[in-house]
Amino acid sequence: MIQVKNLQKRFDDKEVLKGITADFKDGKCNLIIGQSGAGKTVLMSCIIGLFRPTSGEILYDGRDMVKMKLKQWKMLRREVGMLFQGSALFDSMTVLENARFPLDMFSEMSEKERNERAQFCLERVNLGDAGHKYPGEISGGMQKRAAIARAISLNPKYLFCDEPNSGLDPKTSLVIDELIYSITHEFNMTTIINTHDMNSVMGIGENIVFIDKGEKAWQGNSGEIMDSTNERLNSFIFASDLFKKIKAESQLEKMKGSHD
Amino acid sequence: MLLQKKLSTFGEYLILMGKTFQRPERMRMFMKQYIKEMNSLGVDSIGIVLLISFFIGAVICIQMKMNVSSPWMPTFTTGYTTREIMLLEFSSSIMCLILAGKVGSNIASELGTMRVTQQIDALEIMGVNSASFLILPKVLGLITIIPCLVVFSYATGIIGAYATTLMGVITASDLTVGLQHSFNPWFAWMGIIKSIAFAFIISSVSSYCGYTVKGGSLNVGRASTDAVVSSSVLILFADIFLTKLLS
Repeated sequence: MIQVKNLQKRFDDKEVLKGITADFKDGKCNLIIGQSGAGKTVLMSCIIGLFRPTSGEILYDGRDMVKMKLKQWKMLRREVGMLFQGSALFDSMTVLENARFPLDMFSEMSEKERNERAQFCLERVNLGDAGHKYPGEISGGMQKRAAIARAISLNPKYLFCDEPNSGLDPKTSLVIDELIYSITHEFNMTTIINTHDMNSVMGIGENIVFIDKGEKAWQGNSGEIMDSTNERLNSFIFASDLFKKIKAESQLEKMKGSHD
Repeated sequence: MLLQKKLSTFGEYLILMGKTFQRPERMRMFMKQYIKEMNSLGVDSIGIVLLISFFIGAVICIQMKMNVSSPWMPTFTTGYTTREIMLLEFSSSIMCLILAGKVGSNIASELGTMRVTQQIDALEIMGVNSASFLILPKVLGLITIIPCLVVFSYATGIIGAYATTLMGVITASDLTVGLQHSFNPWFAWMGIIKSIAFAFIISSVSSYCGYTVKGGSLNVGRASTDAVVSSSVLILFADIFLTKLLS
């Protein structure tokens, strides 16, 4: 489990995170949601160590990342996989070489074993036959899947995904969501997804942390989100007519159920 | 204020070099990158080095013959001055200024693009020392290959000078006597030593410009220009000190 306790982050005189406390559960898809500029990317960057928090604790199964020495921190990073918004695949390497890269850097496997493991990861994301291609030769959705294959090649305990569906069509977004969900459960990873895609929230949100103006405004799951009375959450979730309609229908069904 | 900014930039550069010159995490991966960089920065530059050296060698020979010829001057003067210019300045300093344009912009734009597309962040999150993994092979690769480029430039410049004999500018025998007259092998070594220092400047300064890019593609272009300008200015300054030191 990853726990964040009273996390604060300042950039000069601007306070971006105002004492956030939240738990991200083992073997679940944990979502960080919020409006653009709410602080969710800064929160994720602090959790993965790209930014150093101004104060607070970040506990990876009880180990405080903020107080770690460089060597411990480097060891921790080998337990982390990351899927970036733009995939961040290495342009000069093929898809297979990208998936094999963490193994090349950190594993003691033989070349044959490394190739087999990378190929297994590519097949797991349905890219078994694209290993010889370069990132520039495949579609955005395939790039995201290749990045997932690279992220899971070292069998990480923690998986971070930054806006995994950005720039993808709704159908491909569903494929990516389902893939992240199934991989999380298959490998029992603690997955943290930074998103504002409401389909993802409703589809795979097992633990949702809502950030508003640098504060944690709500925490729950996708089942609870519809019934929430939190005004800040509702104004974010039900900003679109589609979700207003869905909520109205859901309430109507509940009323019917209670009458029956 | 400007001085403070320059000092701050210099400090950042030193910190980056400190991160760069660390023991590679995987020697196998380092060697792979090192060979790749020698190929892309050095071997791919051979063509331009040969082309420019050939023509400049020929032009220096023609200019010397036309402007220095006098009944009072020995006939070997043209060959002698052509050789000295090639050895002492052209093949090291001017060639490195040209390479600062080609290699420097290549390094800065490659690293800058990796920065803005989060590829460097991806390396950091994996626990890889990105500076050492990306910059060290470039610096060592260029330092290793540059003496070969300088020697090729010497040789091609001389061939260019000989090509002018076909145009009747100078006789082959006069040129040969001039090229061999009072030859000091140290001058050839001086060019090679200077070029190694310039290779370090080109690769490290361009890497700094690319690695520290912030923002988007516009800033990658700016970093590429900064890399070429900064490397060129530093090469010119370093040339003065090295020439004084080695002469």
